[in-house]
Amino acid sequence: MLIFTEQCLNGLQFGLLLFLLAAGLTLIFGIMDLVNLAHGSLYMMGAYFAASLSALTGSLLLGAALALAATLLVGIAIEVVVMRRLYGRDHLDHLLATFGLILFFNELVRLLWGPAALSVPLPDWLNRPIEILPGFFYSAYRLSIIVVSLATALLLYLLVMRTRIGMLIRAGATNREMLGALGVNVRLLFTFVFGVGAALAGLAGVMQAPTLTAFTGMGENILILAFVVIVIGGIGSIRGALMASLFIGLADTLGRAYLPDVLAHMLGPAAAATVVPALSSMLVYLLMAMVLLLRPRGLFPAAGQ
Amino acid sequence: MRGTPLAAAALAAFLAAAAQAQTKSVKIGFVSTFSGPTAVIGNDMRNSFELALDHLGRKIGGMPVQVIYEDDQQKPEVGRQKTQKLIESDKVDFLVGYIWSNVLLASLKPAVDSKTFLITANAGPSQLAGELCSPYVFSTSWQNDQTPAAMGVYMNQRGVKSAFLMGPNYAAGKDMLAGLKSTFKGRIAGEEYTKWPDQLDFSAELTKARAAKPDAVFVFYPGAAGVQFLNQYGQMGLRGQIPLYTAFTIDETTLPRQKELALGVPGAQQWVNDLPNAENKKYVADYKSKYKMAPSFYGAQTYDAANLIDAALTAVKGDIADKEGMRRAMERAEFKSVRGAFKYGNNHMPIQNFYLQDVVKQGDDYVLITKATIVENSQDRFHDRCPMR
Repeated sequence: MLIFTEQCLNGLQFGLLLFLLAAGLTLIFGIMDLVNLAHGSLYMMGAYFAASLSALTGSLLLGAALALAATLLVGIAIEVVVMRRLYGRDHLDHLLATFGLILFFNELVRLLWGPAALSVPLPDWLNRPIEILPGFFYSAYRLSIIVVSLATALLLYLLVMRTRIGMLIRAGATNREMLGALGVNVRLLFTFVFGVGAALAGLAGVMQAPTLTAFTGMGENILILAFVVIVIGGIGSIRGALMASLFIGLADTLGRAYLPDVLAHMLGPAAAATVVPALSSMLVYLLMAMVLLLRPRGLFPAAGQ
Repeated sequence: MRGTPLAAAALAAFLAAAAQAQTKSVKIGFVSTFSGPTAVIGNDMRNSFELALDHLGRKIGGMPVQVIYEDDQQKPEVGRQKTQKLIESDKVDFLVGYIWSNVLLASLKPAVDSKTFLITANAGPSQLAGELCSPYVFSTSWQNDQTPAAMGVYMNQRGVKSAFLMGPNYAAGKDMLAGLKSTFKGRIAGEEYTKWPDQLDFSAELTKARAAKPDAVFVFYPGAAGVQFLNQYGQMGLRGQIPLYTAFTIDETTLPRQKELALGVPGAQQWVNDLPNAENKKYVADYKSKYKMAPSFYGAQTYDAANLIDAALTAVKGDIADKEGMRRAMERAEFKSVRGAFKYGNNHMPIQNFYLQDVVKQGDDYVLITKATIVENSQDRFHDRCPMR
């Protein structure tokens, strides 16, 4: 039972990390109608900034905060230089341009930081197990990821639902032209939204860096999962992104934990070595296919779409 | 008069080509990973190959040498494409490199079909040691199963009664875990294969390891994955709770980032930097002074590959067309290897010693040292499936 709880916590942590990426992606896609493949690159930049800045300042927290700010600046720079030219254009143009950005950032990172992966060492107060329940230990660091991600989700909810800016964001998603006609500076709003998305991606990168190390191309794999999440959750819906990312995180982790044994029982030991590891890693995509068959617009499609 | 400049140009080209034909040189195609997080390995191999050429006076077998480096991006299809390009368009005489077993298995057929010598300086899939063995393929590293088999012997010596195994789900990962099982006498508490190369979060599998309560955990996670694995092993509180035994997870390319997490984690290897023979001392010392870092076993194997080719070409006195003669010379393994003397089995896999390596702190640095010899003259267990004699 305790092991199951631990696996659920693992899945929760993974899901929340996916949420940070998916929330930014779905905001950008839903409000600005922009397919942003370079989101994974912002995640990577967050990880690299965290590695360098925490080594420079000697403090993980200070380095993380500075890395967030740096990723935000990079995001705004991308928006002003590249994204502004893409609004209103065909999605294929977005794909081409942002794919080019992926290549650009991968090479840039290799030039600036070299090909070897960067480690982010954890301070002692994070790098230890915490006793949540008697006899049940969980990594303090993964717990902190869960706490920070939940706090961020709450802040995002408050921002979008309870502030004037959030109201403008939701209005811009519904009808961009009307918002411009009412005298709102839509360009500035879009820059703000893109910045928020970039900051969220950077936060995900900063938090993953100590576990996974920062390396070139780290954004691509998780970007695919983030797209799966927003497709399942419904484009433009942050609530959908949260539900879907938790669902995917738990399904992937619990699948990897329990599916191999279950399938090995059913299919026999010969299949266990060959078919089972492949099947359990395909689980997420099978789930996406099933959801799309039953609900093509996603589980929680944004209102008005 | 219009035709004259064209004729003159053609004549000049013809003369240049004729002059070129006089100075015969050896062309070597080098396939390794030079991009992405595992580029450190490819760079170590390239550095070692260049150092070997320096030591040989920039000549192999007395002939000038041209090396063409190609990046396989850790992908089998790219490695195969690059191998084919080197064979068909660059017309190389030797192929060297191949870190990853899946890349090597994909690139094998073009090399063998074109009768181009391929020296694998790292990957040693079991298929290559058995049914797919070829007179044109030699290894200067090991067969994948040999190293974890040595670790299994050591785990028996330490009285380990049950083990939880983890490795990546590709050719080498499967070989490594099978190799451990071939010698380890205890109970296998669990066997997990993780998605390769994408899955870098091992939390689900490590939780299962903790649940199985084994005496020890054995893992194979090469390259950057070794850093990530040790990070997570420590973060989950398993370090110090369950002893960890490894193969190819801790080496000089990953140790600078693993640091204290690698202390007390043993590994098995056929080469450690402090082996006492003269060739090794020269290799390590010159490598450190030229590149300002320590070489790894990937580099040591590549250094040997250069010397193996040199021995072959010297034996046939530069006659590259004499493939039979070169093959026989290579089979005798008459060059001075940095791991000490070794022989080749019938399948062109080395029969060699395996040592226990451990990590100790020397001042501010973490270094690998040899602690003991685990097995001597170990041969892989697939050699009787190879039809060569």
